[in-house]
Amino acid sequence: MENQAILLGNEAIARGAYEAGVKVSAAYPGTPSTEISENIVKYKEIYSEWSPNEKVAMEVAIGASISGVRAMASMKHVGVNVAADPLYTISYSGVNGGLVLVAADDPGMYSSQNEQDTRCVARAAQVPVLEPSDSQDAKDFIKFAFEMSEKYDTPVIVRTTTRLAHSQGLVELCERKEIEDKPYERNIQKYVMMPAMAQKRHLVVEARTKAMIEDGCTFPINKVEYNDLSVGFITSGIPYTYVKEAMPNASVLKLGMVNPLPRKLIEEFASKVDTLYIFEELDPVIEEQVKSWGIKCIGKEIFTIQGEYSANMIRKAVLKEDLDLATPATVPARPPILCPGCPHRSVYSVLSKLKIHAAGDIGCYTLGALAPLSVVDTTVCMGSSISTLHGMEKAKGKDYIKNWVAVIGDSTFMHTGVNSLMNMVYNKGTGTVMILDNSITGMTGHQDHAGTGKTLMGEPTNAISNYNLCKTLGIEHVYEVDAFNIKELEEVIKRETQREEISVIITKAPCVLLKGNVFPNKCVADPEKCKKCGMCLKPGCPALTKQPDGTIRIDDTMCNGCGLCRQLCKFDAIKEVPVNGN
Amino acid sequence: METKNIMIVGVGGQGTLLTSRILGKLAINAKYDVKLSEVHGMAQRGGSVVTFVRYGKNVAEPIVEAGQADVLIAFERLEALRYLHFLKKDGVIIVNDQRIDPITVVTGAAEYPEGILDTLKAAHTTYAIDAMAEAKKLGNSKTFNIVVLGMAAQHMDYSKEDWLEVIASTVPPKTVDINLKAFEIGWNHA
Repeated sequence: MENQAILLGNEAIARGAYEAGVKVSAAYPGTPSTEISENIVKYKEIYSEWSPNEKVAMEVAIGASISGVRAMASMKHVGVNVAADPLYTISYSGVNGGLVLVAADDPGMYSSQNEQDTRCVARAAQVPVLEPSDSQDAKDFIKFAFEMSEKYDTPVIVRTTTRLAHSQGLVELCERKEIEDKPYERNIQKYVMMPAMAQKRHLVVEARTKAMIEDGCTFPINKVEYNDLSVGFITSGIPYTYVKEAMPNASVLKLGMVNPLPRKLIEEFASKVDTLYIFEELDPVIEEQVKSWGIKCIGKEIFTIQGEYSANMIRKAVLKEDLDLATPATVPARPPILCPGCPHRSVYSVLSKLKIHAAGDIGCYTLGALAPLSVVDTTVCMGSSISTLHGMEKAKGKDYIKNWVAVIGDSTFMHTGVNSLMNMVYNKGTGTVMILDNSITGMTGHQDHAGTGKTLMGEPTNAISNYNLCKTLGIEHVYEVDAFNIKELEEVIKRETQREEISVIITKAPCVLLKGNVFPNKCVADPEKCKKCGMCLKPGCPALTKQPDGTIRIDDTMCNGCGLCRQLCKFDAIKEVPVNGN
Repeated sequence: METKNIMIVGVGGQGTLLTSRILGKLAINAKYDVKLSEVHGMAQRGGSVVTFVRYGKNVAEPIVEAGQADVLIAFERLEALRYLHFLKKDGVIIVNDQRIDPITVVTGAAEYPEGILDTLKAAHTTYAIDAMAEAKKLGNSKTFNIVVLGMAAQHMDYSKEDWLEVIASTVPPKTVDINLKAFEIGWNHA
């Protein structure tokens, strides 16, 4: 097979978009969806961008669709919440060129703040959902989704999960099919959703859903595999592979379309098998509907509503096998931590010293909630830090927040933080906002944003300056401080938190992992001078370990020479030496 | 052939993704069906990370489950202990004898277990190497994972030539020679 490649689920989605003739792609990075855009950008036929947030990305894709081309937006599950406003209404308008939203759920919450199930959002928005099981499916389903979108005049969601997005499998590659642009015609009955129009469109949406419930029974993406009829599984996505692994002889209805459900197909399958299991990760979306039709089946009674599934789960719960597994060893946990040389650690070491609480946000810096830094007190969603702090002030008064700051990353500030800052200005807040500017979207692996001066497609562009932006909002006290200058940081934070006026402190230093970011020095500890006080250990840098005799050792393969520990040492026992100078 | 189950475990940032890319290419070159599963995102920041590689005639699920691993490749010894129960009864351990303290140990909330290698050896056939020391001797500490892979290669279904070819085409061009040397060290380590 000449045209076979091993692709990550997200690479396969990008390939699918390419082959489907997509012309416009917009996204905001978010694990596990980020690599979709990082791979789409390799196809020069597609215009692709990082939008500042998912709502904007969705609307960019909507605009492209209305103008007559195939367009795609990609985001993680919580991003769909941000994009929900346009999504719910474009469901009424429908499309011109095909419109697909890739939504990446995160069962098990490997990198997320909640475990919400996109299928529930899709049901509420009355948008169909396709769910692939492997990389090949991922590519094929994207192409099918675009056909469906145009045929049924609807946006289509392709739902993935972390396991699919970040698994690799073999994929047959095909040629790109160029799709002719559809003509644009002014049609306010369809594209202007005022009440009079929307009332009529709602009827169209209901009829469309009915049609898909019927037609879905013969969609090639819904597959029936009759084997042993004593046991049948209705399943979809990655869980399908667990069924095949644990019970290869069971009968299976593999649903490629999980919303709306092809009722007749399900009823027929259910009538042919003796015991029916519904095997779906997260919410009982399929199960509750099937049960509501009076079909007897087993689902969440024996399969969990939380986390990822496995083949072993079926072996235990259905086959009642004694797996005779070894007991896991009791070992210390190893949660993620800020990297050695991370500028956030430096900022947090100062906040920690000053015993300041932080209303936190979403990014690597959320890790500042954990010991030993223990600075971040709250984290809700993207952009929430500033508004949360403002709410505290309005509840408890100016004095209450004098030992509080809001911390937010540069990319998250652009995402939705800026709205909250406008609110703070408008409604006379006096909070101190710290923008931890590391010049990149860090946690998801270095994506450009509106402040970096570069587009997803690699073109130089206007870099929006946080400093100027804050000034333009009318904030008088805006300060830029080197994130590693802890002396200056301490002074500025002390002063600004006491000030009864809004202020913004922008701490600057690039992410330590950023390409081209060179640290010329490494830190070396001198055991002779070390007084074993432990000050350098306080920020929890993983390169530092306490020796059995109480002195400090700095691992030269981990240290990036940021010099934070050197600044903290009062006894001159840590030196920065040039990397190649011995 | 029965599906072979490989696990690569380590600490985020140790290069498990490079290793899985190499194993993926080897499987595809040998015309196996293959699936891999990786960890991206926040867990990569110094957390415990695990990569699954499964190859054979027909591979359904992309993960290796408890009690099913044929080979456990560990880039750090505490991580080998953490995933020990994933091994089959006759599964083999390849472990880089390196200690990286998790933050829970650094803060004093937990202790780094003593005698990990003995525990591993008592449970399974275990091959240990101080790959970091070997890589430093070569002059590039980043090649330590290829040293470990060289050792693991003795327990998989590919020829040495297959390995060298894939490594040469996967690692950054400037580091091909040193990585091939690193592989030899692991391969020849008893």
